[in-house]
Amino acid sequence: MSEGSKEMEVQKQEVITSEEGERTKEGTVYVPRADIYETEDKVTVIADMPGVDENSVDITLEKNILTIRGFVQTQTFEHHTLSYAEYGVGDYERSFVLSNEIDRERIEATVKNGVLRLALPKQEAAKTRKIEVKTA
Amino acid sequence: MFRRYPVPRMWEEMERLQREINGLINDGSPSRLQIAPSFPAMNMWTSEESQVITAEIPGVEPEDIDISVTGEILTLRGSRKQEEIGEDIRYHRRERGYGRFQRSVQLPFPVEAEKVEATFKNGVLTIILPRAEEDKPRKITVKST
Repeated sequence: MSEGSKEMEVQKQEVITSEEGERTKEGTVYVPRADIYETEDKVTVIADMPGVDENSVDITLEKNILTIRGFVQTQTFEHHTLSYAEYGVGDYERSFVLSNEIDRERIEATVKNGVLRLALPKQEAAKTRKIEVKTA
Repeated sequence: MFRRYPVPRMWEEMERLQREINGLINDGSPSRLQIAPSFPAMNMWTSEESQVITAEIPGVEPEDIDISVTGEILTLRGSRKQEEIGEDIRYHRRERGYGRFQRSVQLPFPVEAEKVEATFKNGVLTIILPRAEEDKPRKITVKST
């Protein structure tokens, strides 16, 4: 890790069952690691979801709660047995509370090489406005 | 992982015992995860004919992954690039790492190096390593005279 200041994490993190209840589907659910940054006109969310493609991702924005879910097909290999395992395979789920007003119509999402990239444009009104302080 | 070099007898025995106990708890399947010594974490699937290794490496381009096999050692190298972002940004969260990674693993048997196949799909790397022909278990037919 020569040039990077942030090393790649090896172990995946499991979702802790929330008080709202358990999922009906069996299997472990993982929390995707995410980067979130804000620029003047949008909020960008980047999440690592290996095994997920553009058809197996589900994004919802309800009020100001953004939820991303990714569904992963478990891999098996014929005539092979899993002899050694360092990571588990399962779906992904994570929610964020957004502090900005988002223009829902212009949300863009792409998935490439197992990474979800979400562009959430801020609503015009929510863009930073400079407020002039008048002298009395 | 797959230890092929000679180990002192006592350790061998203790490892055997541990495996046996783990086997009782997990009923044979590796449901308890091992800790990966370095990035990326790997899963291994074994049959008599071949070994399959999978690893989750999201955000890496296939051309930035380098796989080499020497004898019974597989080496995986690669790098995840840090994305270029503008000046005027404010980070809320930074959890994703980047940079170079390298990891070597011992294979359970010698493999046909030129027949090794690797695919990379949705950030998941799959390497199929066929067992070397001369190392495969041979069925011996008993002839009647």
